Amino acid sequence: MRARLQDVLLPSSDPAMPGHFLPQGEKVARAQASRSPTRRALLGGLTAVSLASILPRPAIAQARPKVVVIGGGFGGATAARELKRAGLDVTLVEANATYVACPFSNEVIAGLRPLEGQFFGYDAIRREGIELVQATATRIDAEARRVTLADGAQLSYDRLVLAPGIELRFDALPGYGEDAAEQMPHAWKAGSQTLLLRRQLEAMEDGGTVVISVPPNPYRCPPGPYERASLIAHFLKTRKPRSKLLVLDAKDTFSKQRLFEQGWKELYSNRLEWVGLAGGGQVTAVEPATRTLVTDFARHGAAVANVIPPQRAGRIAEIAGVADRSGWCPIDPVTFESRLRAGIHVIGDSAIAGGMPKSAFSANAQAKVCAAAVVDLLADKEPATPKLINTCYSLVAPGYGISVAGVYRPRNGLLADVEGAGGTSPLEAPRQTRELEAAYAEAWFRTITADVFG
Amino acid sequence: MRCLPVAFAVAAIPLATAAQEASGLRRVAPPGASSCSGCHASRPAAGLAVPWIAGRPAAEIADLMAAFRAGERSGTVMTRIARGFSPEETRAIAEWLEGQR
Repeated sequence: MRARLQDVLLPSSDPAMPGHFLPQGEKVARAQASRSPTRRALLGGLTAVSLASILPRPAIAQARPKVVVIGGGFGGATAARELKRAGLDVTLVEANATYVACPFSNEVIAGLRPLEGQFFGYDAIRREGIELVQATATRIDAEARRVTLADGAQLSYDRLVLAPGIELRFDALPGYGEDAAEQMPHAWKAGSQTLLLRRQLEAMEDGGTVVISVPPNPYRCPPGPYERASLIAHFLKTRKPRSKLLVLDAKDTFSKQRLFEQGWKELYSNRLEWVGLAGGGQVTAVEPATRTLVTDFARHGAAVANVIPPQRAGRIAEIAGVADRSGWCPIDPVTFESRLRAGIHVIGDSAIAGGMPKSAFSANAQAKVCAAAVVDLLADKEPATPKLINTCYSLVAPGYGISVAGVYRPRNGLLADVEGAGGTSPLEAPRQTRELEAAYAEAWFRTITADVFG
Repeated sequence: MRCLPVAFAVAAIPLATAAQEASGLRRVAPPGASSCSGCHASRPAAGLAVPWIAGRPAAEIADLMAAFRAGERSGTVMTRIARGFSPEETRAIAEWLEGQR
């Protein structure tokens, strides 16, 4: 295909970057400069052909703006597809050949679902014309707008979207670490850890105590630990009826708390005990050799211990300089552009999204808004103020679903809840409502995974 | 070299136009609309509990959302989500959805 003049962009004059496209900031500056009437008048007599003829030949390059997306989860894969469908040149950098989804992985732990149901490939994404690079990004030069991969290869971009999910802070809990996770699995990134926790539950002798340690906010999937507690309690009730579950929590309140507690009382009384911060629930250290969890008040020996450690933004966020001292990434709520580095957008679990929880639904919704903003910014157009929705379903038991929903808009530099909207399922509801929400949860998972990977 | 800034200026205008054209291939989603497909499939699929709404008449969607917002129609999450949008915002989303076939 012959490049049209519209597709022509001058390369950088930087001799160190032969043939690289100009950083977008310069394009914008030039687009603005072009509005000067004097300059426009000067252009009057120039036709496309005559202009092309005055350019040195190597200067003619494809103008399609290039976006690199790092991270192929719910946020990154969605962003890549939306950007591609908007006509941009998109490269998706993802370290794994197969994505293992976290939503519904608590069902895998409880033996209600095979892990294979969590696997999603990138074939459909590749077929869409997105360049998929299976690699780890190791360096980002925000000034030069360049990503370096583990093998030394480099990718230049006009805008970069980071969707790296979370990194587990193995250093944040004395005694815990990657080796300790083989004894006391976190299962907070789905995959082998999910299966390890499931195997430990299946192998445990009836009559033992399962302990779950829950971190302080913020972390991936706020209601996740409580759904997990529910489904493990269901597993114990049906498979190990003399066993108990203890939830040690570093906070006093949690997502959908009244609904969970109502369900626990109804289904798992005398089997599931939750201890909050005020009751001494914060785990301060672990001893993997004996599967012991230590709090300020007690030592808890566990037959099976699930330690969900504190978290921060995925590692590349820190490398890129977009994570602040909290470990998470401050962003503009309209464009999801980093507040710390121009030209880099952060979506999903890594972002500080105000009222929006760190969920797959949020990541998908943010990706669509971010992609639209990136398209506008590359066109030197002001992005519209967005609204976003989140819905999170949790299962208290098979066929017993509850939800929390929210609508968000930018306010005071953050994404804030739209007042009067959102909230949880009603506390007083017939069992039919819980059944319906369990069915909606299943439908949601099928739909969103088809939207992102199908 | 005098003509060089001029050449830059000319090259920059079409870039913006090209990206705008590209984004305009689909009508731009109004605020909130792009979140719908988190639950509502963009293509029909068998056995899904959540209804398929892409391509439905705008008036029908707007009426349903108004009923959810007013609490005249029972639902699970939609009663909570509908209250986050004004009638005008809802109308824009409904019109966009109608075009999403």
